[in-house]
Amino acid sequence: MTMNAFVTGAFDTAIGKLPGSSCMGLHAEAALGAVADAGLALGDIDGVLCAYSFTQPHLMLASVFCEHLGIHPGFCAAIQAGGASAAIMVMQAAALVASGQCRHVLAVTGDNRLTGLSRDGAVAALAEVGHPEFERPFGISVPASYALVAQHYMHEHGVTSEQLAAIAVEHRRHAARHPKAQMQAPISVADVMASRLIASPLHMLDCCLISDGGAAVVVSARDAARDTRGQAIEILGAGQGHTHEHIVAAPSLSDFGCKASSRTAFERAGVRASDIDVAEIYDSFTITLAVELESIGFFERGEAGIAAEKGELGLGGRLPCNTHGGLLSYGHSGAAGGMFHVIEAVHQLRGRAQARQVPDARLAFVHGDGGILSAHCSLVLGTH
Amino acid sequence: MNRPLPQATAESRPFWDGCAAGELRFQRCRHCGKSQFIPRTLCEKCQHADLEWHVASGLGRILSFTVVYRAPTPAFREDLPYVIALVDLDEGFRQMVNMDHDLATPLAIGQPVRIGFRQVDGVALPHAHALTGATA
Repeated sequence: MTMNAFVTGAFDTAIGKLPGSSCMGLHAEAALGAVADAGLALGDIDGVLCAYSFTQPHLMLASVFCEHLGIHPGFCAAIQAGGASAAIMVMQAAALVASGQCRHVLAVTGDNRLTGLSRDGAVAALAEVGHPEFERPFGISVPASYALVAQHYMHEHGVTSEQLAAIAVEHRRHAARHPKAQMQAPISVADVMASRLIASPLHMLDCCLISDGGAAVVVSARDAARDTRGQAIEILGAGQGHTHEHIVAAPSLSDFGCKASSRTAFERAGVRASDIDVAEIYDSFTITLAVELESIGFFERGEAGIAAEKGELGLGGRLPCNTHGGLLSYGHSGAAGGMFHVIEAVHQLRGRAQARQVPDARLAFVHGDGGILSAHCSLVLGTH
Repeated sequence: MNRPLPQATAESRPFWDGCAAGELRFQRCRHCGKSQFIPRTLCEKCQHADLEWHVASGLGRILSFTVVYRAPTPAFREDLPYVIALVDLDEGFRQMVNMDHDLATPLAIGQPVRIGFRQVDGVALPHAHALTGATA
């Protein structure tokens, strides 16, 4: 199977605390990098997709970006689906090139969430995803919402905080192999358990980072991909799943849209979960990844943390997962956080992941989750 | 910064009026019988607009809970640590509420609770307290 679409360029900026950076500056740097990586000129880009920004919020972010860069594409739109945005942008870009409406679509993300907003500012801005009448008056936050999922999950499956902590520990091990990762110092399960409680049962080290950074990809049509320089990575399958926005309205605290999104993506690609060589899956919290890994079918219910303890998510494990360190240790700068997962999958499939390379990686699974496990998008990428 | 207080909409006004009157109200679809929360203009299950407001007993059980130690905004800092619970009401709908943190009755999933009301900055918000007795 094929989606008739290829990732032909990929680039991410530095990540972490980047004084002097700006939302549009990071967008521009990522965009130029991705276009150069593809061996294209800016004039070859005839479609542009952006996501959203906290530091420079705008009703028409994609138009603001095109104005900033000085380009005038034939298609331009912004996609807002929280952490699922990047994967959805790639899926939408694939549809644009496969349908013949565009030849080369630039999907670009970036935000200076750390220096432009402060940690308190970021936490407060994120809390606004809570329902204004039926969640926010009770002091809900994104971590507290995921904590509600975690408490339920641990109760249902007899999972311990230490098992969830093992997921964070493996992410830090991955990040230590990536020269750009924001957090590289090794951590232990005891460190996670000793970090301050944010919303029980989640500790500080169960939670993702807040970063400055940008990332972009170019998605090209089959014939247009021949004009590019780098190794093209094929988009073999994509799918979405949507069940709710607010956690109070989630139909289940166990089953989420990742089940449907991954099933569709695997079916379109004609592969099974067990065929995947490397996975880059949204990890806003340790619980996020545990629920997704199990819902998608990589592990049995309640066993993701146990698998992490055994090293199965590590390099050389059964499913090397988030080989760049993920949102937990590589970095998280808004929609770019999800794009880092896409970029890392491209690095792995091109065999350019250096110290963190999964040998002979030919099939990658990428997944984004927006809201409180609300909006999901899965991608299957493969070597062409 | 002030606490975010509910601003009633056309759909939710009967709920907040109920809170002010000490009643926990919810919508039920006359067509398919589904109870629902958040209030809407139509039924989330069958999309019929034939909704009727009912008064709930306030009795339910904890589906999940968290103790929050990091406030989303400065307005909530004075309450730390505080409990947020998802409660499944006996009438078949779900609510998010704050709960008294009574150390004599450890919080547990399945714990029976009763939802009453607490005045916050002049607004009656639903608020749960644990009912003593065995958890289910």
